[in-house]
Amino acid sequence: MSGTGTNSRPRTIIEKIWDRHVVAEQPGAPALLFIDLHLVHEVTSPQAFSGLRQRGLKVRRPDLTIATADHSIPTTPRGLPIIDKIAATQVEQLGKNCVEFGIPYYGLDSNRQGIVHVMPPEQGLTQPGMTIVCGDSHTSTHGAFGSIAFGIGTSEVEHVLATQCLLQRRSKTFAVRVDGQLKPGVTAKDIILALIARIGIGGGTASIIEYCGSTIRGLSMEERMTVCNMSIEGGARAGLIAPDDTTYQYVSGRTFAPKGADWDAAVERWKKLPTEDGAAYDREITIDANALGPMITFGTNPGMGISINGTVPSPSDIADPMERETLAKALRYMDLPAGKPLVGHPVNVVFIGSCTNSRISDLRAAASLLKGRKVSPNVRVMVVPGSQQVKAQAQAEGLDKIFRDAGADFREAGCSMCIAMNGDQLQPGEYGVSTSNRNFEGRQGKGGRTFLASPLTAAATALTGVITDVRTLL
Amino acid sequence: MKFESKTVVFPVDNIDTDQIIPARFLKTISKEGLDQQLFNDWRYDANGQPKPDFVLNRPEAKGAQVLVAGDNFGCGSSREHAPWALTQFGFRAVISTSFADIFKGNSLKNGLLPIVVPADVHAALIASPGAVVKIDLASQTLTLPGGRAVEFPIDAFSKQCLLDGVDELGYILKRDPAIAAYEAKRVGSVNTLA
Repeated sequence: MSGTGTNSRPRTIIEKIWDRHVVAEQPGAPALLFIDLHLVHEVTSPQAFSGLRQRGLKVRRPDLTIATADHSIPTTPRGLPIIDKIAATQVEQLGKNCVEFGIPYYGLDSNRQGIVHVMPPEQGLTQPGMTIVCGDSHTSTHGAFGSIAFGIGTSEVEHVLATQCLLQRRSKTFAVRVDGQLKPGVTAKDIILALIARIGIGGGTASIIEYCGSTIRGLSMEERMTVCNMSIEGGARAGLIAPDDTTYQYVSGRTFAPKGADWDAAVERWKKLPTEDGAAYDREITIDANALGPMITFGTNPGMGISINGTVPSPSDIADPMERETLAKALRYMDLPAGKPLVGHPVNVVFIGSCTNSRISDLRAAASLLKGRKVSPNVRVMVVPGSQQVKAQAQAEGLDKIFRDAGADFREAGCSMCIAMNGDQLQPGEYGVSTSNRNFEGRQGKGGRTFLASPLTAAATALTGVITDVRTLL
Repeated sequence: MKFESKTVVFPVDNIDTDQIIPARFLKTISKEGLDQQLFNDWRYDANGQPKPDFVLNRPEAKGAQVLVAGDNFGCGSSREHAPWALTQFGFRAVISTSFADIFKGNSLKNGLLPIVVPADVHAALIASPGAVVKIDLASQTLTLPGGRAVEFPIDAFSKQCLLDGVDELGYILKRDPAIAAYEAKRVGSVNTLA
């Protein structure tokens, strides 16, 4: 093993975690990296299990592997069958694969089931200093705990199942410092949308981001997960936040968290993780939280974002012909005029959910606005908790009643309309404000048009039926 | 890998994996037949009929093995269905000014070359759809119609795997003693079976 702390050069948390997980490194080849936790779901794993079967291989470390179903499942009441036969087969296959290979599986009948990036943190499986992978690009979510967590393809899912290791090239390091005080109505979602609007959706390519600064320190674990979740939308391989007391308090006492003396020893190890003074990053930028307003996207990628009271940019202002055509194409798809504000634009659907914003604090934020009010009769409002645990907590707090009384639909846990492969989707031409992470063409349903925003902006828009600056309702 | 092919050109930046293959086609448990859904929502109209003006539906695109696309190709999800669909359709290389990380890794594992070229070369290729190019992995060269040879980067390990047919999983499995030695020393704090 290299770099176990004897180096004199100060290291970032990214380098420390990386170095601790290098199993072997040969000249001319990528490092062989050990994976501490492998998250598995129904969509990107079946071909990997088939590969294991063809080679006669076992899962090397079922004790470091966990599976759940989230992407292709309906969010209708759980007693109902999955009507889509192809999806039903896929979910059934995951269950069979988990039995055959000895992997614990939180299926539809489990009270631990949830989105593959919501469930592990709430179960205490996501812990500082780990390497975490999943066949899903939003695995970066788990970086909120001070771990290196990234999405992988199905070939790599097979590699990890068989060997608990991956061949990986070292990433560049990218520090994003956020300082200052968020104003009322401005949230973690607005920080990350502002960052992506600034660096572009390819701005973090080949990098792992470390988010730091006073604003990040002040965020709750759920807010930190929202920020890290969308690192991939800036093109980054992963995004993480050094662990601190907020992290330890969140993890402590959860089902899979270390207990007793093991807990004390773990915290001692975790306290050595943060970046050392004088450590150098390949790139650094600073964001002033004081200057941030609520953000919303207008186009067909997450980098096409503006402050909610801004105006849609004009292709005629862009010199580069390809960039100009990319923006023009986006505005044609969205059927939006250039140079006009988004506030006041009618929407058909509001979706509150996804691995970005479906945790209890997101639901509380939305409920705080919807309480005692009615959503616009022109808008279909869907609230989809990220897990069975979130759903149970929301019910215990009476949030489900607030949503239903307001005229919103409160559904079962899953990815739902974020990915539109499960029956929840926009119809062609519909506009939706969504708390999810992607506004690509057709992402939320063929022909559907997505505005990405925070749960507060989504709830405000649900009430008025048009895109609304939440600060006018606070 | 050494081949010659005409190009198909998509002059659009940031083509994401939801365009390459929409999520609703990921409910399959096999890798087969994904070429049918490649660029589905750009390729077919609401009735499922091919749109005649979409580049892949034009007669001159038939048989093309090289796709030229805008910057940051393959951004978005980790779905390996994207390179599966592209290779099943017949593509062996994509040329752009940059690629998203996960897509690039997935492509290299499936024999699809992500070729990064400088902006001037890219602009020339975008401006001449159907141009015949030569690609030679061993020498890492892309030869343009005029005969100009452009070197493209690829990491040495991926190149060797593609040229020698090295199977990455087989390569990792051979490191079993090192993995076992690492596991013996490792201090873990999670057991999902507990």
